[in-house]
Amino acid sequence: MMFSGIFTTSKRAIRNVAVVGLAILLVVNYLDLLGHHLFNIDVHKMLYFDTFGILGNSIAFGSTLLYVLLSGRDMERVGNNLAEYFALIFFVLCGVTIITTFNTLLMLFLGIEIISIPLYILTGSDKRNLKSNEAALKYFLMGSFSTGLMLLGIAFLYGASPTGTFFIDDLWSGKGVSPVFMAGLLLLLVSMAFKVSAAPFHFWTPDVYDGAPTVFTSFMATIVKVSIFVGFVRLFDEAFGESQERWQIFVAIITAATLFIGNVTAVFQQSVKRMLAYSSIAQAGFMLLALLALNGVAKEGIILYAAAYSIATIGIFAILIRMKDYTFEGFNGLARQQPVLAATCTIFLLSLAGIPLTGGFFAKYYMLSSVVATGHFLWLVIFSVLCAAVSVYYYFRVIQAMYFKEGDGTTETEPGAGFKGLLVVLAAIVVILGVCPQSLLSQLTKMIYTW
Amino acid sequence: MIPVLLIFIPLVTGLIGFLLKSEKTARGWALLSSLVTLVVALTGAGVAGGGVAGGANPMLHADVAWLPDLGSRFTVGLDGLSLILSLLTAISFPLIFIATWRDQYKRAWNFYALMLLSQTGLLGVFLAQDALLFYFFWELALIPVYFLCSQWGGERRIAATFKFFVYTFLGSLLMLVGIIWLYFHTPDHSFSMASFYELHNHIANSDQTWVFWLLFIAFAIKMPIWPLHTWQPDTYEQSPTAVTMVLSAIMVKMGLFGVIRWLAPVLPIGTWAWGDTVSVACIIGMIYASLVAMKQNDLKRLLAYSSIAHVGLMALAIFATDSTGMQGVMIQMFNHGINILGMWIVVDLIERQFGTRKISELGGLAKTAPGLAILLVIVALGNVALPLTNGFIGEFLLFTGVFTSTATAYSVVFTVVAAVTIILGAIYTLNMIQRVFYGPVNSLTSRAMDISLNEKLVLSVIVVLILFIGVFPGPVLAMTKEFSEFILTKMAYK
Repeated sequence: MMFSGIFTTSKRAIRNVAVVGLAILLVVNYLDLLGHHLFNIDVHKMLYFDTFGILGNSIAFGSTLLYVLLSGRDMERVGNNLAEYFALIFFVLCGVTIITTFNTLLMLFLGIEIISIPLYILTGSDKRNLKSNEAALKYFLMGSFSTGLMLLGIAFLYGASPTGTFFIDDLWSGKGVSPVFMAGLLLLLVSMAFKVSAAPFHFWTPDVYDGAPTVFTSFMATIVKVSIFVGFVRLFDEAFGESQERWQIFVAIITAATLFIGNVTAVFQQSVKRMLAYSSIAQAGFMLLALLALNGVAKEGIILYAAAYSIATIGIFAILIRMKDYTFEGFNGLARQQPVLAATCTIFLLSLAGIPLTGGFFAKYYMLSSVVATGHFLWLVIFSVLCAAVSVYYYFRVIQAMYFKEGDGTTETEPGAGFKGLLVVLAAIVVILGVCPQSLLSQLTKMIYTW
Repeated sequence: MIPVLLIFIPLVTGLIGFLLKSEKTARGWALLSSLVTLVVALTGAGVAGGGVAGGANPMLHADVAWLPDLGSRFTVGLDGLSLILSLLTAISFPLIFIATWRDQYKRAWNFYALMLLSQTGLLGVFLAQDALLFYFFWELALIPVYFLCSQWGGERRIAATFKFFVYTFLGSLLMLVGIIWLYFHTPDHSFSMASFYELHNHIANSDQTWVFWLLFIAFAIKMPIWPLHTWQPDTYEQSPTAVTMVLSAIMVKMGLFGVIRWLAPVLPIGTWAWGDTVSVACIIGMIYASLVAMKQNDLKRLLAYSSIAHVGLMALAIFATDSTGMQGVMIQMFNHGINILGMWIVVDLIERQFGTRKISELGGLAKTAPGLAILLVIVALGNVALPLTNGFIGEFLLFTGVFTSTATAYSVVFTVVAAVTIILGAIYTLNMIQRVFYGPVNSLTSRAMDISLNEKLVLSVIVVLILFIGVFPGPVLAMTKEFSEFILTKMAYK
């Protein structure tokens, strides 16, 4: 049992410490991936560090690093407690590590809680803003309710398991599905669906994403969301993989609903921030396809999707934070004022829309082909590409505003060269993922074989 | 080697083009790049000679590992079909650049760079011999055109282009699902053309019939076939003329090409089973478009509808599954590209001089601009398929193919009805010429100037091509013969 990716919280309130800490984490994680373990701790099989989990961690750490580099400065504007913000983010990362590598339901619960509680605080961190407060309260109430459901589900599963165990591998007796087991499974499905804001459990998402300070929305919508997805896939693969036929139809329905509601509602938004909230629901719908398929392609795909989606969304949010006006009109004519910002933003949006030459294309490609490979649910695949076509509408609205409409959309302050440079790097990563994802893919294929 | 050059020359020059911050340099640069591409394409035609030898010649093929884990390779090659379309693309772009030399664009360097990128996409589509690569280029051709139209188009450009984009993107996504589905049914899990061509042995007939539509909708939108054509007139009207030329001369051929290359040989039973349905849609579209074209007052819209009618005939011939007809399709794709390009150049000229495209406001141009009138009449005659022009050769083959088709029981009906549209085509084209070039000279047209050197040059090249193919069709027939027979063996539906 290897154990070296875990860490403690940041001690200092300086951004640089956070950056260095994250960089170290990333390096340690990478070493781990290559098979060099710095130290081993006995975790009594509570956590299991396989390649899938470690890759999930790498993406979480890597995107947090990019996120801090891009938007760290903007956190100062939220309030005075910068150190606490960073500490909370690191708490969340701790939860992320647990959730990508858990091996028992107890650790899953623990991870979810470690992620959620700091997020409640971060959401409400803009103390003088009523919307922020409301969002935090709403998030907290809904979140604790879903946590309650999760606990109930875990209890049911514990009761239903033949030997009374929390270990996810041993949950299913292998002989038929008892009603208690099924009830537990569905409760877990619902609570996890809530956490990744899948419809019809998505109602908190737009309000919370809209109300929370934009810097933290970016964090919630990307790193947290995809990590929980990694955990989601892990849970259902390890614990319920064998009983797949029994619950697939529920996932299919949730997926279809999520895609539909996310995409259609996003079309009607006036604020880019809210649009991104709904788009994150829609993207979650695509990621759910992996949960439905649960084959090798799906596992590779979810990692790729996590990377492509996180990078693109972090980039867009980083630009959004700097904007004066969050509505679509606020972007009018941005290409004149800030050509670099507009160009990179276009690449990110194209990636989210899944246009070839960007990472988003291969991510979507993997999701679709994972389901096609199962041979069932072709209607869902076709439905999801129809939804993807809808998504073009709202992503391209931003592009249209930036390039083809006259206006004086501008940023609050002139962004620095470092910020622009980082955006270009991010955009380059997106394009490289889209043209030759081979480097990452070979890593992923290896992972499937070693698993 | 040659196909790789054909793709990378416009790509690299296009990317460099973004950095040129002067209109003049960018324009020259684009022309230079497109001429180099033309030279390479002609070399390719020379190497290929009359008949195109399959597979062996390393000059005409390239195969590099791209995504081995997915079973996709960067495979490009020149065969009869891709050669003729690459030639069309390579010839069209320099002509477009020269003909629109005087058009002014804001931030012209971006315009020319995007034009070159769209050329990359088009050539990639025609050359790719790997399904995933094909899809890649298919989209790559779309994105630059979207930006070109939205940025430099007419008043209603944003809405029109957006409609165009959503339409084609939706089709593309369905095609992607189809390609993925087919991929999982190849025995060796590969996207290569060879594996796809063996697929009909592995797919049940019932599956072929529905997968057919996943792919066909994408191609039908691009062509466009009635009732999926509604994006086209708006987009043509609103795009800057240079882009309209690309769209109508080359891009609509992507749809026809897709059917010939990726649909008919891959799903022969599906193609055959739906042949009559699609043919009826083609016929309805041809008649409808011709009738609408007769009533148009706007030159651009008239040409847009005429384009729908012409493409409909070509699609009809593909589904006739006949060797002569297939040859006709390939030749007519080239001819139509050249002819419609000539027509657009004239429209552009008229619009630039008089600031209007309304037929009713023009008249008597033959008196004030005789050079223009002569060249236009020849192009228009090619467009209505008069003997001695290239259009005649193409349409003659098309009709022969449809008439002798054994794949459908209604070949005679299809031929007769399709022939009616040729008459309608002659009516609206000649009517247009009459009203624009003859009749009384009005105050607007009285100050017309005859065409300048660059336009004369381009139109002369087009006229020479029209007459050359019309009088001496041997080379193009030879170029297409081998491939059309090859495709027909793959399309065996019995």
